[in-house]
Parts: sequence; structure tokens; C-alpha cells
Amino acid sequence: MPQIFTPAANTVAKASIVGGFLLVASLLSSVFYLGSTSYVTRQQDVRPQPVPFSHRHHVNQLGIDCRYCHTSVEESNFAGLPQTKTCMSCHSMVWTDAPMLEPVRESYATGESLEWVRVHDLPDYVYFNHSIHVNKGIGCESCHGAVNEMALMFQENSLQMMWCLECHRNPEAHIRDRADIYKFESQPDYDPPADQLALGEQLVRSYKVNKIQLEDCSICHR
Amino acid sequence: MKSNQYQLTSLGLLCLICVTTLAACRQDMHDQPKYEPYEVSSFFDDKRTARNPVEGTIARGNLRADDHLYTGKVNGELATTFPFEVTREVLERGQERFGIYCAPCHSSIGDGNGMIAQRGGSSMKQPATYHSQQMRDMPVGHFFDVMTNGFGSMYSYSERISVRDRWAIAAYIRVLQMSQNASIEDVPAAQRQRLIMGEQ
Ligand code: HEC
Ligand code: HEC
Ligand code: HEC
Ligand code: HEC
Ligand code: HEC
Ligand code: HEC
Repeated sequence: MPQIFTPAANTVAKASIVGGFLLVASLLSSVFYLGSTSYVTRQQDVRPQPVPFSHRHHVNQLGIDCRYCHTSVEESNFAGLPQTKTCMSCHSMVWTDAPMLEPVRESYATGESLEWVRVHDLPDYVYFNHSIHVNKGIGCESCHGAVNEMALMFQENSLQMMWCLECHRNPEAHIRDRADIYKFESQPDYDPPADQLALGEQLVRSYKVNKIQLEDCSICHR
Repeated sequence: MKSNQYQLTSLGLLCLICVTTLAACRQDMHDQPKYEPYEVSSFFDDKRTARNPVEGTIARGNLRADDHLYTGKVNGELATTFPFEVTREVLERGQERFGIYCAPCHSSIGDGNGMIAQRGGSSMKQPATYHSQQMRDMPVGHFFDVMTNGFGSMYSYSERISVRDRWAIAAYIRVLQMSQNASIEDVPAAQRQRLIMGEQ
């Protein structure tokens, strides 16, 4: 009977020990890597909506404030989506018979809600609150990107824990004057500060941002 | 030997299953059996999770006993006074709210020439200017009433603007009316000089 194992088998056996570890490690890291790709976080991904609503048109061209539609963003954890009546407060007067707006008119006539597809959706085990961010000087743009230029809504940032923490560890890099919360860098009436960090440090102090607790697990996982 | 190979493959398979289930099982906690705001409900006929309170419900502290504050009327007549003191803060709040909810149509100075009115053009009923004599003579209660109940083709804003904010906006409309119809004599003497210098 010939030998099954040649001397080279020793090396193979040793290599396979290391190889086994490498295999498991690479499997694990690819799972983590896949988890942070835009395929999983669905960044930049446009959802089909009942009406192709354009923020660029309504915000940049018409100059409507976010709060005309997202009324509760300053007072509650939920920014709120506009009722059909809010659309109709204008579209009963302008573009009254555009075919694109048929679902809006129908919803207003029948009382059935328009079903907007959620674009941003944190897992249910995370607690998030708009009002605290807005009132402590974090602008819509810091989290949602240049909404004023979005013809159709998409998610700009990953919304993963790492992303939240990046700002919670270092709010100075993002905080703005409260008067600029609803403004965007590409708009002419907003010019970003020359020295963001200097302004940031000053605002963190004057708005009494409670930095010590911002990394506690329990503020986001309650 | 055979069994050795068998063990290796099954170990490999086990690893793979562990890793994939680990990656997959988190979805359970992502979407828990609770409703988020405005989520579609399969339970209610109208598919809304946001329910209206039963007709006639009064939340604590929301008994609308003060007619003046909640209806803008005193003894059935439009109020000519404000239900609370108008301070600088109230005016600033009114200015901000006016900019959000009214300026798109009425413009930031209230002449009725806002962006939507311009876009609507002749095909839409144009908002009236606040600077006619008739509007200056209107009791403040009228402005409160228009916001609360709507007026002609203008919709009501009562769902979106709180009662106190509606009064703050009404106060700010008074400010606009005053400022658009002001003469140099209305400026306090101390500031008058600065204004004249600035104009040159
Ligand atoms: C005229 C009304 C209107 C205005 C003004 C408006 N929005 Fe929206 N917004 C909507 C509607 C309707 C949707 C849902 C449809 C969609 O996602 O495109 C929406 C969706 C969004 C979403 C995504 C919600 C989700 O599903 O996750 C964000 C973020 C958002 N708006 C931010 C803003 C910001 C920031 C501003 C101000 C610059 C603004 N909006 C102004 C009507 C408006
Ligand atoms: C403050 C007034 C106002 C509100 C509120 C408003 N719109 Fe509009 N919208 C306009 C105007 C004005 C136009 C067209 C302007 C033009 O180009 O002349 C328009 C255009 C549109 C168009 C077609 C034009 C395009 O390029 O997208 C759609 C679709 C639309 N609106 C959807 C909506 C929906 C849905 C809502 C409610 C969430 C809404 N609008 C709320 C003023 C408004
Ligand atoms: C600190 C980051 C942050 C800021 C600042 C922020 N948002 Fe959001 N926004 C989020 C996150 C995260 C979600 C998803 C919430 C969820 O799934 O529960 C969201 C969701 C939304 C939604 C969907 C409805 C909801 O409330 O879940 C709208 C509309 C919205 N944001 C509008 C705004 C507007 C308008 C502003 C500026 C005034 C703003 N956001 C500022 C992070 C932010
Ligand atoms: C751009 C900066 C920024 C980002 C991004 C951000 N936050 Fe915050 N967050 C803040 C600031 C500033 C505060 C206010 C801290 C204070 O003074 O209490 C805050 C406060 C909070 C609070 C309230 C803490 C309390 O006192 O109750 C929660 C909850 C929270 N953030 C959750 C989140 C989550 C979840 C995300 C990610 C989806 C996120 N934040 C992303 C800046 C940010
Ligand atoms: C600023 C808010 C915030 C803080 C503070 C925070 N988390 Fe998270 N955490 C999140 C968000 C947002 C997610 C959801 C990420 C996603 O969608 O994949 C998350 C997800 C998780 C997950 C699930 C992991 C995954 O990828 O699915 C674990 C476990 C977790 N957090 C543990 C912790 C622990 C432990 C701490 C304290 C050291 C902590 N978190 C502090 C916001 C926070
Ligand atoms: C979508 C456009 C639009 C918005 C936003 C709007 N209005 Fe109007 N408003 C109108 C139009 C159009 C008329 C004229 C209605 C008519 O005569 O049928 C009007 C009329 C009025 C009048 C005149 C009533 C009279 O005696 O002639 C007042 C007062 C008024 N609006 C106040 C407000 C206030 C306060 C707000 C903000 C909370 C507001 N409007 C927001 C379109 C608008």
C-alpha cells in the first residue's frame, strides 16, 4: 500500500490551522463589512412613493420652510409627515388638475391616508428624538444631507451606531447657531462659519450640550 | 480517515450556519411588534395607527373655557384685544411662525405677493394685502378667526399652529401693518437720526 501522506502533508496540516482561523475571521469581517455597505443601509436608495414629491422644488424653488410640512419636528421625537390637507392648502389653488397629484386629491376627497414609504427607519430598539437635536443646534442638513437639492428623497447617511457616535463624541464639528437649523450650505442665505470648531466649542457651552452622557448606551437603547 | 473528512466538512458547515444566522437573526429586534408613529395598521379599518380621541374628549388642562383665547370672540363679537399680554417675545415668536406658515402666500411683508401667489398667478384667487384701510380696521379677532377656520379659498391652519401661536401671528400682522404704514414721526427721536443717516 502506498503512503497516503507525503512529507508535504505536515506543512499543509500546520497551514490549515492558521488557515482555519483566517477563514473564520474573514467570514466574520465580511459579515460586518456587508452590514455597513449601502446595500444593507439602503443609502442613496430612492423608494417608490404614491406621489413623486420633490423637496428641491418645494424647498429651494418655492422657499417653503421644513416646518410647514414637518410640523412637530421642534416639539416631539417624531418629525411628522404632512397630512393630505397640508398639500391641499396649496394644491387646491395651484396645479389644481395636474395628473401627478391625482392621488393627493383622491385622498383628500375620500379621507384615506396617502401611504408614504419610510425612507429613514432606525431599528425599533433604538430611541431617537428630533426635538433635542433641533433645539440644541443640530441642523437637518447634518443628518439628512442636502434635502433642498433632492428631487426625490433618499437617505444620505448610514444611520448606524458608529455614525451617531461620531457626532455624539464630537458635537463641536457639527453644531450650528439655532437660527441656521433649517438652512443648507448650498443656499445663498447661509454661509458656513470660517472656523467651525471655534464656533462649535462656544455653542456647545452656551447651549449647555451635555457631552458626558452622550456615549451612554442607555440614552439610545432605553 | 473517511470520518475525519466528514468531521471537517460538518465543522465547516456549522461555522457557516452560525455566521449566517448571526447575521440574519438581528432583523427580529429591528421590527418589533409595536407601532411606530403613522405606521400602517392591519387592525383598524382605516389602516391608521394614529387614532382620534373619542368625540368630546378633553385632555387635562385643555378645557376650552376661555372663549376669547380659543375662538377669538368676546360675547359673539370678534375680539379687539389680545387674551394675553403681547411682549417682545410674543412678537418674535409671531414673526417666526408667520415666516413658516403665512409668508409663502402672503409674502414676508404681508402684501399678498408671496411665492405661491406669484406661481398661481391669475388662475388662483390672490390673497388680500394686509395694508388696506379695511384690513387695518379689522379687529384682531378676525385674523385669529381666519387662521382657525379658514377664509374663502384659504384653508384653516388650526391643526398645525397652536392657539397661542395664532395670537402671536395676529400680533405680528399688526406689527406689519404698522411698519408698512409708518412715517418718520413714528420712529423715536433717539433713533430717527440713525435712520436718516442710514438712508443716505
Ligand atoms: C411641502 C411639504 C414639505 C416640505 C416643505 C418639506 N418636506 Fe420633507 N417630506 C414631505 C413629504 C410629503 C415626505 C414623504 C415623501 C418622501 O419621502 O419623499 C417628506 C419626507 C422627508 C424625509 C424622509 C422621511 C422618511 O420617510 O424617512 C426627510 C428627512 C425630510 N422630508 C426632510 C425635510 C427637510 C429637512 C425639509 C426642509 C428643508 C423638508 N423635508 C421640507 C413634505 C415636505
Ligand atoms: C406652500 C404651497 C405648497 C404645498 C404645501 C405643497 N405644494 Fe406641491 N407645489 C406647489 C407649487 C407652487 C407647485 C408648482 C410650482 C410651479 O412650478 O409653478 C407644486 C408642484 C408640485 C408637484 C409637481 C411639480 C414637480 O416638479 O414636482 C408635485 C408632484 C407636488 N407639488 C406635490 C406636493 C405634495 C405631495 C404636497 C404635500 C406633501 C405638496 N406638493 C405641498 C406648492 C405647494
Ligand atoms: C441627529 C440627526 C437628525 C437631525 C438633526 C434631523 N433628523 Fe430627521 N431623522 C433622523 C433619523 C435618525 C430618522 C429616523 C427616525 C426613526 O426611524 O425613528 C429621521 C427621520 C425623519 C423623518 C421621517 C419621520 C420621522 O420623524 O421618523 C422626517 C420627516 C425628518 N427626519 C425630518 C427632519 C427635519 C425637517 C429635520 C430638521 C429640522 C431633521 N429631520 C433633523 C435624524 C435626524
Ligand atoms: C450631528 C450630531 C449628532 C448626530 C449625528 C446624532 N446626535 Fe444625538 N445628540 C446630539 C446632540 C448635540 C445632543 C444633545 C445633547 C444634550 O445636551 O443633551 C444629542 C442628544 C441625543 C439624545 C438625547 C439625550 C438625552 O439627553 O436624552 C438621543 C436619544 C440621541 N441624541 C440619539 C441619537 C441617535 C440614535 C443618533 C443616530 C441615529 C444620533 N443621536 C445622532 C448630536 C447628534
Ligand atoms: C448615539 C446613540 C447610541 C448609543 C449611545 C449607543 N448606541 Fe448602540 N446602536 C445605535 C444605533 C442607531 C444602532 C442601530 C444600528 C443599525 O441600524 O445597524 C445601534 C445598534 C446596537 C447594537 C446592535 C448591533 C447591530 O449592528 O445590529 C448593539 C449590540 C448596540 N447598539 C450596543 C450598544 C452598546 C453596548 C452601547 C454603549 C456602549 C451603545 N450601543 C450605545 C445607537 C447608539
Ligand atoms: C396657500 C396660500 C396661503 C397661506 C399659506 C396663507 N394664506 Fe391667508 N389667504 C390666502 C388666500 C388665497 C386668501 C384670499 C381668500 C379669499 O378671499 O377667498 C387669503 C386671505 C387671508 C386673509 C384675509 C381675510 C380678509 O378679510 O380678506 C387673512 C387675514 C389671511 N389670509 C391670513 C393668513 C395667515 C395669518 C396665514 C398664516 C397662518 C395665512 N393667511 C396663510 C392664501 C394663503
